[in-house]
Amino acid sequence: MFDIAATVIVLAAILVLYRAIKGPRIYDRVLSVNVIGTKTVVLLALIGYIYERPHFLDIALVYALINFIATIAFLKYRETGRLD
Amino acid sequence: MDIRTIIAGILLALGCFFIVVAAIGVVRFPDFYSRMHPAGKSDTLGQSLVLSGIMIYEGFSLVSIKLLIIIVFIFIANPTATHAVAKAAYVAGVKPWQKEDKVIK
Amino acid sequence: MSFLITAIIMFIFWMLLSGHFTFILVLSGIASSLLVAYLSHDLLIGEGDIKLNIARIYRFIKYLPWLLWQIALANLDLVYRTLHPKMPIDPVVIGFKNEYKTDMGVVTLANSITLTPGTVTIEANNNEFIVHAIAKGPAESLLAGEMQERVKRIEGDD
Repeated sequence: MFDIAATVIVLAAILVLYRAIKGPRIYDRVLSVNVIGTKTVVLLALIGYIYERPHFLDIALVYALINFIATIAFLKYRETGRLD
Repeated sequence: MDIRTIIAGILLALGCFFIVVAAIGVVRFPDFYSRMHPAGKSDTLGQSLVLSGIMIYEGFSLVSIKLLIIIVFIFIANPTATHAVAKAAYVAGVKPWQKEDKVIK
Repeated sequence: MSFLITAIIMFIFWMLLSGHFTFILVLSGIASSLLVAYLSHDLLIGEGDIKLNIARIYRFIKYLPWLLWQIALANLDLVYRTLHPKMPIDPVVIGFKNEYKTDMGVVTLANSITLTPGTVTIEANNNEFIVHAIAKGPAESLLAGEMQERVKRIEGDD
């Protein structure tokens, strides 16, 4: 059950990757990378259940935080040219 | 198969469906602003459904509390991230796409 | 005050995530939550928002079922628009005035607009909201103002 769901999510991520590569603007790419990142969070949680290691959930939680911060930081850099 | 596994399976299937629809939407829609709609909505709901499916499969424990934290965080963070990208594009002057007949007028 | 609240929240979070209650882990949890609270207590809880009252939280919880229903409607609408071969979309950008006093009201409305049918918030500042709607219908139903009324009711008079 979990492995089927994980496969479907990977396929969806590949679809979004097409948009990330094609663009056409940088904002499309940032949006696609954010979408792929949130799919990765779900994928990590599912992998934890496929291999029966609940510790993967901690990685998923941290990845959710990093993904959000990375999007915001990138946009801020793009807008103002600095990060402080 | 007990009833909890079945409910978890249904939730997983629904969540996967919404995630795939979000991916199709991001690829298919014609401009940046309309791509935000699947990225902000379907994706949020799809992930929450998949994670709540896992949560019901797990039952009540510390692990399911962690899953609940992830769900709440995604529900707050994903629309906010979408909004941030949209605002950056709007400030940079990206024009919204319009239907062709309107442009001719 | 904000230092103390941040430290307590961080410590509860630590305990939830670790799940072990040995002496050394609790001690390192206290130490790290104090350090994090010292470094960033002004970020989590700002200057004015400390008086988060119980009535407002209660009204917010009462608002949640309606929001979840709207999210379900929004996704069905979006599935229809995405999978329809002709893609029935006709985007418009609309704006309306911001009439909210608290940051919480603005954030709640902005995130609710993004999660409900056919609309995404582009800009939410002190003067106005700018919203991208995917078709005419969602734009008109947002401008009818039901959601604004509901969020205003959460905010209350105080």
